[in-house]
Amino acid sequence: MTELKASTGAAYARILSVGSATPSKVIDNEYLLQFIDSSDEWITQRTGIKERRWVAEGETIETLCLEAAGKAIERSGIEASKIGAVILSTISHYHQTPALAPKLAAELGIGDAAAYDISAACAGFSYALAQAESIVRAGQAEYVLVIAGETISHITDLTDRGTAFLFGDGAGAVVVGPSETNGIGPVIWGSDGAQEGVIWQTADWQKAVAEGTFPKLGMDGRAVFKWATTFIAGAAKKALDAAGIGPDQLDVFIPHQANNRITDTLLRYLKLPEHVVVARTIQHLGNNSAATIPMAMDALLSSGEAKSGQTALIIGFGAGLVYSGQVITLP
Amino acid sequence: MATTEEIRAGLAELVNDVAGVAVEDVQLDKSFVDDLDVDSLAMVEILVGCEEKFGVTIPDEESKNLKTVGDAVAYIEAHS
Repeated sequence: MTELKASTGAAYARILSVGSATPSKVIDNEYLLQFIDSSDEWITQRTGIKERRWVAEGETIETLCLEAAGKAIERSGIEASKIGAVILSTISHYHQTPALAPKLAAELGIGDAAAYDISAACAGFSYALAQAESIVRAGQAEYVLVIAGETISHITDLTDRGTAFLFGDGAGAVVVGPSETNGIGPVIWGSDGAQEGVIWQTADWQKAVAEGTFPKLGMDGRAVFKWATTFIAGAAKKALDAAGIGPDQLDVFIPHQANNRITDTLLRYLKLPEHVVVARTIQHLGNNSAATIPMAMDALLSSGEAKSGQTALIIGFGAGLVYSGQVITLP
Repeated sequence: MATTEEIRAGLAELVNDVAGVAVEDVQLDKSFVDDLDVDSLAMVEILVGCEEKFGVTIPDEESKNLKTVGDAVAYIEAHS
């Protein structure tokens, strides 16, 4: 048998930089009351959301991703051409093929790199980060650009008083590269397809075209809340255990921003000490699906609430159902 | 097997923990929503807490019928 060479990579990987982009249209709760029978107080109490950002004329998932990725590349100090793989996580690029990642790679000056989109909803950033870490350690690319971008506003059902207020648009990106110490802990990820009906798209593309309607997102909020506050709490604990750290060694907690009440419950379950900084970007950005975690990471680092080198737990969960989390060193 | 009063007291602790309602207000004739101001999300947390505390399973379709503290206590008594 002919022996084949295998690629070898870095001993460890870490996140070198993060960037994000928020669209310009600010939508407060008051605006949504023309579509649904609700109130600012009800929405705030149930979710913690006061406002969210939607894309305005001229802003698209592509412009958001380019802005976020451009910032991440610039902050990494790495030449764009040295990036060997680009992974975009999105569920709201409404163009089946080709994927958006190759175009982003070209427009960012990365050029010839592996480039593909993945679909893992609100867990997508963590899924893609796990892939990036493996790619760097396997030597399949020296540097990997992970982008998560969403324009969920286009599939938000403004007449649904259970979800109309939840989602916001945006993008976040990180550059992952080799490191002498480990900066990305083992991923705890999985799925439960038996619960595919808990978060759904109202029609597939064929049906939507036949009916002349654009699909919308639907969700059984009660079921998601129960799953997130029980199973996901356990998965978050496993991610800490897998990284070999206890709650006391954690500096920052960046859970997917689905609902402040879910975050509160996760905090109680994990018994995180008071010094841990907790992401609450949902208040002004809403739920940005896959883009939530890198957007929150950038916001916490930019405001100074979190600092480079600190240890953070991230965990995403959403439609699939899918979930994914790991402990990281902040860039 | 726990008595009705023991289950009510255990449930009261959960309601206090999750929704901040005074333990002594959690009486059998009280409605979770109308009297105790417990909203739907808090109700999910309380019922998950009941499942752990009393070793019962409360299916979603059943949970919608548990409108008063007495309803929940009776369900737990019958199924634990």
